[in-house]
Amino acid sequence: MIRFDHVFKRYPNGREALTDLTLDVGRGEMVFLTGHSGAGKSTLLKLIALIERPTRGTVLVNGQNTTAVRRSKIPAFRRQIGIVFQDHKLLMDRPVYDNVGLPLVIAGVPEKEIGKRVRAALDQVGLLGREHNRPIELSTGEQQRVGIARAVISKPALLIADEPTGNLDPELAVEIMKLFKRFNDVGVTVLIASHDVHLIERLGVRRVMIEAGRVAGGDPAPVLPSMQAI
Amino acid sequence: MRQWFERHVQTMVASLGRLWQQPFAALLTILVIGIALALPACLHTLVQNVRAASGGWGHALDVSLYMKQATSLEDTRRVAVKLRKRRDVEEVTVIEADDALEEFRKSSGFGEALDALESNPLPHALVVRPDAAFRSPEQIASLTQALRELPEVDIVQLDSEWVTRFHAMLDVVRRIVLLAAGLFALGILVIVGNTIRLDIENRRDEIEVTKLVGGSNAFVRRPFLYNGVWYGLGGGLVAWLVVTVAVGLLAEPVARIAGLYGSRFELAGLRPVGAAALIGGGIALGWLGSFIAATRQLRGIEPK
Repeated sequence: MIRFDHVFKRYPNGREALTDLTLDVGRGEMVFLTGHSGAGKSTLLKLIALIERPTRGTVLVNGQNTTAVRRSKIPAFRRQIGIVFQDHKLLMDRPVYDNVGLPLVIAGVPEKEIGKRVRAALDQVGLLGREHNRPIELSTGEQQRVGIARAVISKPALLIADEPTGNLDPELAVEIMKLFKRFNDVGVTVLIASHDVHLIERLGVRRVMIEAGRVAGGDPAPVLPSMQAI
Repeated sequence: MRQWFERHVQTMVASLGRLWQQPFAALLTILVIGIALALPACLHTLVQNVRAASGGWGHALDVSLYMKQATSLEDTRRVAVKLRKRRDVEEVTVIEADDALEEFRKSSGFGEALDALESNPLPHALVVRPDAAFRSPEQIASLTQALRELPEVDIVQLDSEWVTRFHAMLDVVRRIVLLAAGLFALGILVIVGNTIRLDIENRRDEIEVTKLVGGSNAFVRRPFLYNGVWYGLGGGLVAWLVVTVAVGLLAEPVARIAGLYGSRFELAGLRPVGAAALIGGGIALGWLGSFIAATRQLRGIEPK
């Protein structure tokens, strides 16, 4: 699903975020990226979402070489990936319904179907009935779940998340991780960057340790996703 | 296709709703556009009216033909009949030499001196009025030329020099109107562009998020284009209202002046075509201004 082949990333300010990083994530896998902040986890995810481009090396996502994706094709490329952010990135002046339905509106799905799928997605994250609230009226954990609903509404094969539990207390964090696991259980490839080592150890899924811009440990080789419930 | 249409209607309504949330700011922009459109539109209406009014001064374009002394009244009438058949001639009046002398005797005060004449020194004459559709300076000149070539005619007198000058001046004014319209159009582009630019700056976060979840530049741009269209439509309507009110206020006094000069001239407002052009022009300018601004501005907003 994802393949990083000797990828280097140097930012215009000269900072080397990734140095010779090679990584393979199989279809249907759930993988945690761990490591200190500044190790390169976020950069890795940004290269997948084409928010940044590699300086050297190739990144394959879902069989596509991201280097070959033209600027004008980036929106279409992003539509096949669900992205969850640490700060949710919700539209604060719009109701939950508009936030979750946005990817479908962009994709040109008919209004009727958007309504059905928004409710289904909210149901999956346990927020059914809150579609007319504004994000500001929700707790941080609920806001994050709105972000997840938005990421999965177009049924992407790949879900990436950058520190999705960074702002949550441990109990809520476990809830959110269970949610990701549930999507993984139905076949979605999930890649989560998190520095919360304790939480990850409890989940028992594949971990990849990133340090100073390269893979430094964990389970470098793909393994089958753990099927046991958490 | 239906979905596409549905989507556009939705965006259109949503962008109107957004403007409605800040009615004062939107109104200011619309008023500025309206005034900028109204100025050239008023000038244009003025020129149209002056042209219409000058068309009513047809008698000023009359051409007087003085026949050769030897030409009999019958021959003169024959020439008149021939001339009436011309497309560019509206009316031909025959003035008999005796009537002309009588008229002259009465109005000139030379009555006694004229009595001393043994015979009437005046020739028969024709007054030719050009047809309304043939009153440009070139057409009048060609008609005069044709009249001069008639064998019976001695002198062709045309007192239309000032009409030519007037038309020349009107041409200059019309060009000034065009120039002003061009400048104001440019101004409107700048106004709309700047408004949209600020609008985009205010919604930067939202645009970033939309791009993150796969919104293309065209998708993010669409609501701003509709904003521009609404601004333009509002401005066009304001301009139309300004012209209509101005014409309404001036109609009565102008009619009174015209009445004093024995004319039935009435001030005309914008015709439907003109009104449609004004509003359509407003919409086009609003769209173009926001297109330029949004295309430039949105390219620079990328998620980080």
